[in-house]
Amino acid sequence: MTAIMEMRSITKTFPGVKALSNVNLSVAQGEIHAICGENGAGKSTLMKVLSGVYPHGSYDGDIHYEGDTVAFKGIADSEHRGIIIIHQELALVPLLSIAENIFLGNEITHGGVIDWPETYTRTRELLKKVGLSEAPTTPVGKLGVGKQQLVEIAKALSKKVKLLILDEPTASLQENDSQKLLDLMLELKSQGITSIIISHKLNEIRRVADTVTVLRDGATVSTMSTPISEERIIRDMVGRDMESRYPDRVPKIGKVLMEVEGWNVWHPEQAERQMIKNVSFNVRAGEVVGIAGLMGSGRTELAMSVFGKSYGQNISGQVKIEGQLVDTATVNRAIDAGLAYVTEDRKGLGLILEDPIIRNTTLSALQKVSTRSVLDRGAERQVAEEYRRALRIRTPGVFQQVMNLSGGNQQKVVLSKWLFTDPKVLILDEPTRGIDVGAKFEIYNIINELAAQGRGIVMISSEMPELLGMCDRIYVMNEGAFVGELTREDASQERIMSMIVRGDKHGGH
Amino acid sequence: MAVTETPTMGSYLRSNMREYGILIALVLIMVFFQVATDGTLLRPVNLTNLFLQNSYIIIMALGMLLVIVTGHIDLSVGSVAGFVGALAAVMIVHWQLPVPVVFVACLLAGAVIGAAQGYWIAYWRIPSFIVTLAGMLVFRGLTLWLLEGASVGPFPKLFQSLSTGFVPDFFRDEKPNLTAMILGALAAAAIVWLSVRARARHQRYGIEDEPFVVFAVKNALVCFALLFISYLLATYRGLPNVLITMAVLISAYTFLTQSTTIGRRIYAIGGNEKAAKLSGIRTDRLTFLTFVNMGMLAALAGMIFAARLNTATPKAGVGFELDVIAAVFIGGASMSGGSGKIVGAVIGAFIMGVMNNGMSILGIGIDYQQVIKGLVLLAAVIFDVYNKNKQG
Repeated sequence: MTAIMEMRSITKTFPGVKALSNVNLSVAQGEIHAICGENGAGKSTLMKVLSGVYPHGSYDGDIHYEGDTVAFKGIADSEHRGIIIIHQELALVPLLSIAENIFLGNEITHGGVIDWPETYTRTRELLKKVGLSEAPTTPVGKLGVGKQQLVEIAKALSKKVKLLILDEPTASLQENDSQKLLDLMLELKSQGITSIIISHKLNEIRRVADTVTVLRDGATVSTMSTPISEERIIRDMVGRDMESRYPDRVPKIGKVLMEVEGWNVWHPEQAERQMIKNVSFNVRAGEVVGIAGLMGSGRTELAMSVFGKSYGQNISGQVKIEGQLVDTATVNRAIDAGLAYVTEDRKGLGLILEDPIIRNTTLSALQKVSTRSVLDRGAERQVAEEYRRALRIRTPGVFQQVMNLSGGNQQKVVLSKWLFTDPKVLILDEPTRGIDVGAKFEIYNIINELAAQGRGIVMISSEMPELLGMCDRIYVMNEGAFVGELTREDASQERIMSMIVRGDKHGGH
Repeated sequence: MAVTETPTMGSYLRSNMREYGILIALVLIMVFFQVATDGTLLRPVNLTNLFLQNSYIIIMALGMLLVIVTGHIDLSVGSVAGFVGALAAVMIVHWQLPVPVVFVACLLAGAVIGAAQGYWIAYWRIPSFIVTLAGMLVFRGLTLWLLEGASVGPFPKLFQSLSTGFVPDFFRDEKPNLTAMILGALAAAAIVWLSVRARARHQRYGIEDEPFVVFAVKNALVCFALLFISYLLATYRGLPNVLITMAVLISAYTFLTQSTTIGRRIYAIGGNEKAAKLSGIRTDRLTFLTFVNMGMLAALAGMIFAARLNTATPKAGVGFELDVIAAVFIGGASMSGGSGKIVGAVIGAFIMGVMNNGMSILGIGIDYQQVIKGLVLLAAVIFDVYNKNKQG
């Protein structure tokens, strides 16, 4: 088969980071080509290069398409040639109708006036092709996520698509919606449309893909055709050296500190969508427990729903601290019960960026630096200085605005804030995201120190080596449920990935 | 990075440009009008009027600052002030209730009105702009209904003394009023004592960054201004009661915002509501309380205004909300919440007040006055944004 599209030695750098280095990708005419890789492997970046989101000139390398060397300056250029990308976050306007969305920016007009009869006729044809029977006037916001996805595809078809790119199309879909979508992909393939699908789900890939390319750390690792070996994909996805080091620790694990039992959470807006499904876990004194899983697997939702019901609705389940049933229905009560939650979104949810370090440090426990609600500035200053020294926050002074600090130092300020509440259990959500290697090591040291003090640590991370290097025990989470639990000795990247992508309880080979 | 605990004077003034800038602006505006009006501006009688005229704006600006710091707005304060003034008039003039009872009942009515609006804003997350716009219409209408379209008055002496009363001279019967001068001197001494003590404490913790020269000049100017103003007032009728009310409230709210956990939490809500909530701050309850507080201060302002006119009119309070909001923004508060100081809002209110007064003395038409006030508000905010961009 001839290649419809070929990318040769694509290199793309962002300030300070090489996102793609010498990536090659060749997609044959009429096939379904799957791209696999961990979070941050460079899949989405590669697709953005292809579709012109990153314009020609902002990357190195060549793109050949239908026999030409192309230089897209924007999405309009690539769409003009029939390359259409459907992003993970759908780009539909919820209040507009299906027909209006499909022809948005591409309206059927006569002298500037929209031809509605023609628009509706064409919409009906397109909807039929993707298997939808909704009226073209239905507002898109009234449709479920699965149907919205199909509307996106109908929109792509309206633009005479030749190469359709789907970025994790089934990530937010229910099982039967996913099946419908995959069927549609095969149907489009039979009509001669070439597709690229980015996905983590190996069963789906095996079902539809003709060829699989695995990316890791911004480079092509392998390309394989049918028959596709799941073991090989998993190995190629994770098979990197443990380059960063983790401080040694001799765990002194005590009695059970926190237990969560039968935890269920529903989506805050879509009441019928269950985000956390009957999850139970525990953490002991002095123990570092990991929660592994891909983005969107429900780890943050689990943590935030436990911490003061800060996420979701219809929450049910029990939380026990030191064997006692505790109420964690508000953040205050969760803090009083001895919980702390260090958010993954430092800037959005963790810090008041315009405030200085000192104010951020004491925010969660102001009563400790005040008498009868009157602040004691001296005591506050002492506290802030103490944590600055203890956590080695590098700053000219505690009156520095936190927005001027590096990611690592900002994270230390967030940790200071929670340590000042003297929690029994800390839930750390992606504690080293966006932090450079040196600062990561310091954060790891702090985590070990906290465990050594007899606190329980729950560590959520998308970086598997980090979990393997730090945790005594790892829970594996996928699609809102725990799919496995591994001890430090049993855990390996292959086993975790295998549990995630195959729903395999034992992670064995 | 080098640790610079005591910056040079130039860099200190530059980084605190906003705070000193607005004070300097007020002084310049006063000097300008003092010259332009041939000294009328600071004549004792005019100075007394200046305080009486602006007291209700300043009192409402204190509450509005808190509302704006949490990231909200209250458009209803003018109507609420008018409504409570009318309520007071009906209770006193028609129902013949005793003044102290009416005073307390009206403050409570203000709190209830604030609660009724704050409830939707804080717990239902309905934008404050909408809720208080509705409140603005509702209470304007209720004022008309309550007064049946006519003015109600006059008030008994005790009620009038809320605004037009003066602190009597306890020492002698001739001018200048000795009590006023002694109180002025005491206030100046108290301010100096407090700031010296604060400076010593800050130095002990190593958190003082104000150069001594700035500290000394600032205190000297404040003392001079206080003594000068109290002398001027003493040569007329002494200290107006409302000036004492204002001074007490300004001190209380400065303390609340700067030195209490509640104040700190209110700023945190405006800075990043989600982070504040995840830090265990009950953001909805505090937001609710800022509106209750605003309602009470609007009620107090409404009574003072009615007392000053000695009658409650259906037009009372029209457009007050704009002056109050403008004062807070001129005073350096940020539209997005999280920043702004009581002192700034008070100075902002005085800038508006002095301009109103000065332009009226000069006989500038109401048309030009509005244009000039609008431009001053715009200039103050542009200056703010410009400074922020330069620093950031």
